Amino acid sequence: MNKHVSPRLNRRAFVIGTAAVGAGLAIGLDIPFGGPAVVRAADGSPEVGAWVVVRPDDTVVIRIARSEMGQGSLTGLAQLVAEELECDWTKVTTEYPTPGQSVARKRVWGDFSTGGSRGIRSSQDYVRKGGATARVMLIQAAADAWKVPASECTAANSVITHTPSGRTTTYGKVAEAAAKLSPPADVKLKDPKDWKLIGKGVKRLDTADKTTGAMIYGIDVKLPGMLNAAIKDCPVFGGKLKSFDEAKVSGMKGVKKVVKVGDTAVAVVADTWWHAKTALEALPIVWDEGDNAKVSSESIAKWLAEGLDDAQPAYVGNKNGDAKAAIAGAAKKIEAVYSYPYQNHATMEPMNATALYTADKCEVWCGTQNGEAAFAAVLEASGLPAEKCDVHKVMLGGGFGRRGQTDYVRQAVMIAKQMPGTPIKLLWSREEDMAHGKYHPITQCKMTGAFDANNNLVALHYRLSGQSILFSLRPEALQNGMDPAAFQGVAQSGEAAFGYSVPNLLIEHAMRNPHVPPGFWRGVNVNHNAIYMECFMDELAEAAGQDPLEFRRKLMGNHPKHLPVLNAVAEKIGWSTPAPQGVYRGIAQVMGYGSYVAGAAEISVTDGSKIKVHRIVASTDPGYVVNPAQVERQIAGSFVYGLSALFYGGCTVKDGKIEQTNFDTYNSMRINEMPKVETVMVPSGGFWGGVGEPTIGVAAPAVLNAYFAATGKRIRSVPLRDQNITFA
Amino acid sequence: MANLTINGKTFTLDVEPDTPLLWAIRENAGLTGTKYGCGIAQCGACTVHIDGVAMRSCGVSVSEAEGKKITTIEGLASGDSLHKVQEAWIAQDVPQCGYCQSGMIMAVAALLNEKPKPTDADIDEAITNICRCGTFAQVREAIHTIASA
Repeated sequence: MNKHVSPRLNRRAFVIGTAAVGAGLAIGLDIPFGGPAVVRAADGSPEVGAWVVVRPDDTVVIRIARSEMGQGSLTGLAQLVAEELECDWTKVTTEYPTPGQSVARKRVWGDFSTGGSRGIRSSQDYVRKGGATARVMLIQAAADAWKVPASECTAANSVITHTPSGRTTTYGKVAEAAAKLSPPADVKLKDPKDWKLIGKGVKRLDTADKTTGAMIYGIDVKLPGMLNAAIKDCPVFGGKLKSFDEAKVSGMKGVKKVVKVGDTAVAVVADTWWHAKTALEALPIVWDEGDNAKVSSESIAKWLAEGLDDAQPAYVGNKNGDAKAAIAGAAKKIEAVYSYPYQNHATMEPMNATALYTADKCEVWCGTQNGEAAFAAVLEASGLPAEKCDVHKVMLGGGFGRRGQTDYVRQAVMIAKQMPGTPIKLLWSREEDMAHGKYHPITQCKMTGAFDANNNLVALHYRLSGQSILFSLRPEALQNGMDPAAFQGVAQSGEAAFGYSVPNLLIEHAMRNPHVPPGFWRGVNVNHNAIYMECFMDELAEAAGQDPLEFRRKLMGNHPKHLPVLNAVAEKIGWSTPAPQGVYRGIAQVMGYGSYVAGAAEISVTDGSKIKVHRIVASTDPGYVVNPAQVERQIAGSFVYGLSALFYGGCTVKDGKIEQTNFDTYNSMRINEMPKVETVMVPSGGFWGGVGEPTIGVAAPAVLNAYFAATGKRIRSVPLRDQNITFA
Repeated sequence: MANLTINGKTFTLDVEPDTPLLWAIRENAGLTGTKYGCGIAQCGACTVHIDGVAMRSCGVSVSEAEGKKITTIEGLASGDSLHKVQEAWIAQDVPQCGYCQSGMIMAVAALLNEKPKPTDADIDEAITNICRCGTFAQVREAIHTIASA
């Protein structure tokens, strides 16, 4: 049997079907004979509650509001619904409702945003209820037909059984009747010990099309009569477009139009993207770069360094005792300054969106991590009301936080608005994508640790200086000016709580916001906070003359969730036994996104500058593990992303612009550089933590601590390529 | 105008001779399985076979590709029968976002054609595609599974 696996994720048909009918709402209300409302999917099959559509052939279509970008949430969310629905998993398929449909139905599918490792943990409750609700309605419909009490009926694998008589029917047969019932007011969810599908590493639902070239990403969208646009935004952030000489390119092959996009960008629209890009490169453009053209990495570093001075204002994020006094009176103290650079997300698929604007509607097709934010961007850029707009989500060629922003959506609509009736696909070149990221924020950190005469850590002062993402992107979330997210991983409490007890502690943030736009980059503020804290924790252990693991353990006695995860990693890497000859170990732990994680690395170093990573061990306690196979892949992937940033990443600023232009200057790890990540999952249950991001926090510090073990040298800045250190 | 033989079919395309093969495949022939990632032959997302050799199609011009046998991800299967690399990718759930995987699969198919039982060192040398999701461990395991079948 070598047959094509039939695509179980029918997103393409959904998208194209929606486009073909030319309306935002493929879902309509069907109210026969004035009876209860039945909502039907595009193919006419009835909804049994908003999350589930059951077709006559027993196929179950599960609605997914969050976006799939490789992280596996689409499959995990379907598992959650199917667990409660008691349906046949082999007949499960999924579809994305559109944001327009959701808004029209009072946001029946809740939040669409897919970031902060929230895809599953923030919707697990209501999607499981969606599955349970549908199951109750389906069973009731069968019971009604049989004229028996529903309490005498059970459901499993999409089959309903009347236990006393042994009669059976299937979901597909009773779906029409079930759809006419009123949903129960409340449903009881299963006890986790009864889960059959949650916790199983079932295969992803979206793989087949990704192996044949059939999967449609934003870059692949085709609409009748579509033209292609290439864009250039002012390379200095905050600068403006002054002028361009359209006449120089208007005669070039395929060129249809050159358009201004807002105040800052210009786009060439042509028959093909290659023609558009070729003409854009030939287009004379004059920029008004403004004052930001004077900014460089050096000037930013100097400004941030000034923020490390205690005389400068700072927000206090975590505090107990009196750290400054304890440090002043301590028997011994050590101090170190670390830094972390800008990073570009560099998703494999550059930013793009396709927009069709007419006088009475505006539709966009794109990969987005936040369908509703993209929808809001369409409304704003088109000037049309919600009922005349919609966004059709397609697969993302990587997200990592970048596609939670909507700049590219807005641009596509602004171009399409200048060519009403013609669908426009806007695609950024890789160079444009490197120049106009929403970069991992830049920071520095000065840490001071103090010991008593017995080498007990009595005080820690952690002073962060640098950029706030919320200041730029969500100023309404600031608390009296403070960015609470800046303390991810070192916070007093909550989902990213500090894992150590130090009697005198001061953790503060001197906020300094350079002109380079920051964004949520996989792991976000955990990345630099974990490097700073975990590398400095190693420095403290060394100063105390203690083993880095034992030193940590002594400070973690009051952190009963953090400690077992660190222990699991230590055991798996074999910390208590010597490493092989010439191989050295490093270890790190942190909490982020509601999950406790730890990592350890074994490396060897040649000539002080060539690193070979032999082993990586990573552990997580995310409370519940929905799909262990996908969690394992997310952990491994987070190490590839985090170590790529450590070794090869780093975006620098010159004349106000980002200097890196493509993968030749912003490289990424290859297969020969990456060992298999050995994962140890220690889910302790009772809470729902995130998965996609937390472990990235321990990737870099585990390797940096191993580097110190190997060489006796501390590395306190990223990337390693700037220090002529690379993979062996 | 150029004549290109892609997946056994001849395409007569209105395209300039210096157009990168990638864009002729995607925009003129309409085969979008081959992906654009960098345009400078660094990432491998656009990998196709030219006369059986894995090549980064963004760095090959249409004129260079004329008269040669081009295979894209869409042409890797034989009718309804998936290529063994595609089958292994499905069996072992290799892709995450999947965007780089067309190129990855084409690179692996060419490697296995040349070396049916590659060592880890062979894999390290031949498979230089970027995957930002980090599927490398699954890629390596799937290659070994195919080789040991």
